[in-house]
Amino acid sequence: MYPDYMEESLRKVVESRPKRLELARKSDPVYPLMNAEERRAVLEGFHPDFEPSARRNVCVGPNKGESLTTEVADLLESHSWLRSEQVDLDKPDFETDLLIIGGGGAGCNAALVAMKEHGMRSIIATKLRMGDANTMMSQGGMQAAVSRTDSPTRHYLDAIGGGHFENKPELVRALTEDGPGVVKWLEDLGVCWDKEEDGALKTMHGGGTSRKRMLSCRDYTGAMIMRTLMDEVRNHPDMIDVKEFMPAVELIMDSNGRCAGAILYNMDSEEFFVVKAKSTLIATGGYGRLHIRGYDTTNHYGATGDGLVMAYRAGAKLMYMDSVQYHPTGVSFPEQIAGFLVTEAIRGAGGQPLNKDGELFVFPREPRDIEASAIIRECVQNGNGIPTPSGRVGVWLDSPLIDMLHGEGYTEKHFPAMYRQFIRYGIDITKLPMLIYPSLHYQNGGIEINERCETDIPGLYVAGEASGGLHGRNRLMGNSVLDYNVFGRRAGKYASEYAKTVKLGKLSVAHLDAYEKQLADANVQTDLVTPILLPSYAPKDVKKRQLVRGGNALPGSSVVLNRLHDDMFSPAAGAK
Amino acid sequence: MTSATAEKKKGRPASPVDEGHGEVEQKLITVYIMGKAYEVPADATIMGAIEYAGHQIIRGAGCREGYCGACATLYRLPGDYKIRTGLACMTMVEEGMTLAQIPSVPAEKAIYDIEQLKPNVTAIQQMYPTVFRCVACGTCTKSCPQGLQVMDYVQAAKRGDIAAVMDLSFDCVVCGLCMLRCPAEITQPLMGIMAKRLYGRYLRKDSPELAERVKAVEDGAYDAEYAELMAMGREALSKRYYARDSE
Repeated sequence: MYPDYMEESLRKVVESRPKRLELARKSDPVYPLMNAEERRAVLEGFHPDFEPSARRNVCVGPNKGESLTTEVADLLESHSWLRSEQVDLDKPDFETDLLIIGGGGAGCNAALVAMKEHGMRSIIATKLRMGDANTMMSQGGMQAAVSRTDSPTRHYLDAIGGGHFENKPELVRALTEDGPGVVKWLEDLGVCWDKEEDGALKTMHGGGTSRKRMLSCRDYTGAMIMRTLMDEVRNHPDMIDVKEFMPAVELIMDSNGRCAGAILYNMDSEEFFVVKAKSTLIATGGYGRLHIRGYDTTNHYGATGDGLVMAYRAGAKLMYMDSVQYHPTGVSFPEQIAGFLVTEAIRGAGGQPLNKDGELFVFPREPRDIEASAIIRECVQNGNGIPTPSGRVGVWLDSPLIDMLHGEGYTEKHFPAMYRQFIRYGIDITKLPMLIYPSLHYQNGGIEINERCETDIPGLYVAGEASGGLHGRNRLMGNSVLDYNVFGRRAGKYASEYAKTVKLGKLSVAHLDAYEKQLADANVQTDLVTPILLPSYAPKDVKKRQLVRGGNALPGSSVVLNRLHDDMFSPAAGAK
Repeated sequence: MTSATAEKKKGRPASPVDEGHGEVEQKLITVYIMGKAYEVPADATIMGAIEYAGHQIIRGAGCREGYCGACATLYRLPGDYKIRTGLACMTMVEEGMTLAQIPSVPAEKAIYDIEQLKPNVTAIQQMYPTVFRCVACGTCTKSCPQGLQVMDYVQAAKRGDIAAVMDLSFDCVVCGLCMLRCPAEITQPLMGIMAKRLYGRYLRKDSPELAERVKAVEDGAYDAEYAELMAMGREALSKRYYARDSE
């Protein structure tokens, strides 16, 4: 339940509701949409990316001299777990056609396409369990232009406008053009899309969509897709070898500068293993667990940007790594679920963000960066947020409107996860609004790819959130679910074709030594060792007492703590 | 300090949080994590409490928002004989609670080719015959942290009612607690996944417009418009974007 002091504000929400309901029933927008100039102003004024310390120049690697998100620069200016003399590459422990790093949606799609369409064997190496990925958590839906009033080219225009016209056009074309085919592929595998009586796919609006294009499986869309893909992967143990709790910690190159596999680390036995692979796919997802700018995150436990740093050390260029997505609606209260995602579909179905006086202050479905910035502006500049007992702040998201618009029972049927999330704390979202504030959600940029998922490094492919270029500097709702399906499938295809012809030379991890030298030459002072693998949420006094092994030269995962925000260990303090 | 407040303490730009060292008044209670006593914040989730105690969770944490089922937990409360179940990320600690996370639930997934199955009772009989061992005791339903009617979908599976299994098991997060508690040793969540796949593959009406759209893309119906859009400069594209109509 909400604390008593919020009562007056809640009363104002109830009072303004009939008028807002009337607005919602009309076809016009419930609040004026922003034009290009207004969008620019709210972004530059209030988006966290535009705060002065949000970015800094990175001083090593392929993007040297470029301004990146500060925490990303910290992540990249770090030591490897390994030096070349510590690794014996002469006798690989495993050999395969495709090594897929990451067992989320992109990785599973790639393995299935490689097997079904190209007869290729793969190893999926994943840090936690297969399916432990942000894929599992996507609630609201997947964009795909399937309805008669829509078209793939219209989807293209929406996506590229949402990304401020900075998206790589060939990637947006691939995304939007493959969309309908992906819907069919998933349905054939057994994904239960929400449908109308006549079999037509149910479609909803998302932020920045000009047609209803969001397909869903209640609000368990990602979970449904992920469990279907995993189940199918597990139907082929002879072709797809799944190695769980075995994250990659570095890539392996060959004497001709191709990617030739990776070194895996067994989280249980703390052993390293060498995998030689004809082609390698990074499908490691994003970085929400870096808690950029101290924000709460909607992300999975394992979202620590591992793929970024491995690929970067090997020489792959990153794109748009100065841009972070804050989801407009993370939970602000109750404290126990702070930062959790409230699906954008709530606004797609008619939910409205309101200030403390129960007033609309932004169109509910602006693109995410605009919507989030407008919410921050309303709280920070206008002082119209509602403070929580623990010192957070939020605005209302008026969910009771949804049943009023679509009929009683709609919310419980279509948003069972959301309903369940709040009712545990005595908040019935069909009767009371939710209190929300932007939450760190998505890595807009990543390792630069082309429409074949290729990188600067032959034999290295990237798909899903780890990749960069597709979304420009802002992704629209539902385009990440489509992203990992489209590009996971493409990676499976192109990595297979490449694997059929490549002849690998002598294996090498000399790039690790070269990178270490770059760090020394740039006078980077840091004790951060990456990939981070898992964040630590131990309290500070516990951390001070915890074992640190061998000065962190060769840490176990239990000591590679998330030190990015720990004053004692802050790498930013020492680095140039 | 729970994980949530740990994150909060790092501060967010818009919140007037005290950036001190967490000496906020905090009520602590005693819980027993795998038998060992720890003082943890009274308002913590089980996951928050385990991390507050300094454990680095490897198995037992995933999405942390109630979708992935990684954090199945068994616990008892003082003076109560009952074994209780919950997701560690969603369940609050209580005074005297004694708890253990379940790192993994052993279960054998049936290997099948979905193209060779039909959405009927035979598929259940062939792939998950243990379903027919159900004694209708209802332990699975009682143990479900999602509050699903697990036993009802097991009964539906016995009747070959695939649609009902799909509907009733839709929100299953595959934490495995039901199959751990089941005296008949049924693997309910795995059967549920197969049933959902059978429903999606066979029992749903096809969307005619989807088939048409897929074909149109294959036939290159959008090639010309793509070429036009991709050749446009930023300004022209921006003009087109802001002028587009909305549904």
